[in-house]
Amino acid sequence: MGYDNKARIKSSIKAIIFVGVIYGIMKILMLPQINIINPFYQTIIMKIFIEITLALGLNLITGITGQFSLGHAGFMSIGAYTAAFIMLRTTVNVGMIFAATLAGGIVAGLVGLLIGIPTLRLKGDYLAIATLGLGEIIRILLQTTSKDFLGGAAGLSSIPIFANFEGVFFVAVICFFSISNLMKSSYGRALISVREDEIASEAMGVNVTNMKLLAFIMGTFFAGVAGAMYAGYVGFVQPKDFGFMKSIEILMIVVLGGLGNIRGTVIAAIVLNIIGVILQDFSEIRMILYALLLIIIMVIKSGETPWIQKLRAAMNIKSFKFNGKNKAGT
Amino acid sequence: MMHSIVLQKGTGKVEQFIQQLINGISIGSIYALIALGYTMVYGIIKLINFAHGDILMIGGYVGLGCVLFFNMSFIPAVLIAMVVCAALGVFTEKVAYKPLRNAPRIAVLITAIGVSFLLEYLMVYFFKASSRTYPSDFFSFGSINLGSITISMDKMMVMLITIVLMVLIQIVIKKTKLGKSIRAVSSDQDAALLMGVSVDNAISFTFIIGSALAAVAGVMYGAMFTINPLMGMQPGIKAFVAAVFGGIGNIPGAILGGMLLGVTETLVSAYLSSSIKDAVAFAILIIVLLVRPSGLLGKNVKEKV
Repeated sequence: MGYDNKARIKSSIKAIIFVGVIYGIMKILMLPQINIINPFYQTIIMKIFIEITLALGLNLITGITGQFSLGHAGFMSIGAYTAAFIMLRTTVNVGMIFAATLAGGIVAGLVGLLIGIPTLRLKGDYLAIATLGLGEIIRILLQTTSKDFLGGAAGLSSIPIFANFEGVFFVAVICFFSISNLMKSSYGRALISVREDEIASEAMGVNVTNMKLLAFIMGTFFAGVAGAMYAGYVGFVQPKDFGFMKSIEILMIVVLGGLGNIRGTVIAAIVLNIIGVILQDFSEIRMILYALLLIIIMVIKSGETPWIQKLRAAMNIKSFKFNGKNKAGT
Repeated sequence: MMHSIVLQKGTGKVEQFIQQLINGISIGSIYALIALGYTMVYGIIKLINFAHGDILMIGGYVGLGCVLFFNMSFIPAVLIAMVVCAALGVFTEKVAYKPLRNAPRIAVLITAIGVSFLLEYLMVYFFKASSRTYPSDFFSFGSINLGSITISMDKMMVMLITIVLMVLIQIVIKKTKLGKSIRAVSSDQDAALLMGVSVDNAISFTFIIGSALAAVAGVMYGAMFTINPLMGMQPGIKAFVAAVFGGIGNIPGAILGGMLLGVTETLVSAYLSSSIKDAVAFAILIIVLLVRPSGLLGKNVKEKV
């Protein structure tokens, strides 16, 4: 398939060098003597890496496999709470941080598996609504927990700040390369075929249910890991931070970067966070801008009116295809 | 939050139950009014109109504006809210949804989420996020005593208005030419087009009806509780649950679903725990979707290749 071993090794080396260079540059800029990335910028960069991890997971589920999920923040909260719960009861050391983060991902992935088995039978907008509902149920259940267990509505606080720059950076990098490598494998092509046409891909021998579950578990696992990092980055978790809004914010990144485009997701996470910082004091304007962007991107990408089609042709934009027709009566 | 349980005079178990039932049906009526808009729009263009709850919010604000600035009474305020919301509904349809009529459903759904957020945050920007209340005498009809049960006439009024509107809508859908065109487009858009039905008009008319009903619900909801720019979200999602529960695309189903959801929710919050009330609505949604996705009154539709 054009991926002989030599090319594979070559691209791996390229990727490692690329990551190393980015890491090195950021580390140098962070040196106290240079101080271009001061602690304020550093927190923003960490936030960006956490959101990249979240959005990549959602892109795998929604963009690549075509299963529209509106409950991603729910899985993030499971990871965050799991890690917070562990870190509040143990001593902070590298091993425990690693274990807590991994546990966050695994618990979220397991919940993803349990939830995915029944719900992934649903299609398109029904799945979207079911996942929205599940995300809300997770949040409400967290709110009703007792104070000593998961803190109820007040959440858990004074969690040791265990996520450092290296942690969030390498989590995002691992997430990026796992998904981009997956896309180069036969599994990746199977995932795309599920998005493009479920019935046809089933006819070609793709196990549609397993493929959907694979994407869902992987996506929720990364959401859990990102959640764990988030808990270790802000130091407190509250159910209301993981509501429907958060899911939409993650979706926003995925849509802006292009559904199914993993590099786009990374760029969009960076761009949206920069916009967020610029409009820090005008959160309403930021939300209005986000909403307008959602509408405009969707209308330009999929609009059918002649002038939009012309615009698309002129700007060389691909209209995106997605499983599920929209005609009444079909 | 939404329905604080006011234990009125009736203290016996039966009285309390009847009281709760009335509370449940009155909030259920509001859900039914909103659900009707969802179900009609879904029936005709297969879109979950996320912005529907926000049309309700706008209705609440327009009603409040009429009361505060022009000192209107309930009926004129509702009528003006209906007109404004109908216009807004058609506007959003023309600008955001019409270009996407044959686009993938997910694209339209994302656009609808965008429209919803746009309305919410425009309102936050212009009118601030704080909650506002209607004057207490705006929607107040006293209460009557039946033995040991006190029945709030406000709640009875909500039910009455809902029933009148439902009957009206049924007549419009079943008896008029426009209603017929809506049904035709819902069942087969291409065939309707070939028969000379104006698909655009039918869709616009659907949005007009749905948005006008949301406006009525918005004014009543605002008068019963408080209004703020994000108020549309909860009742919006709940009404969607109601529409799915009853069978989406099915008008009597929306009414039944709304009532059942309102009653279930109220009884759960009265007898179990008010904090899990919202979770119950979503649990119902997921169970219905998994067990009987076509809803209580819906028909089963097989996917064609």
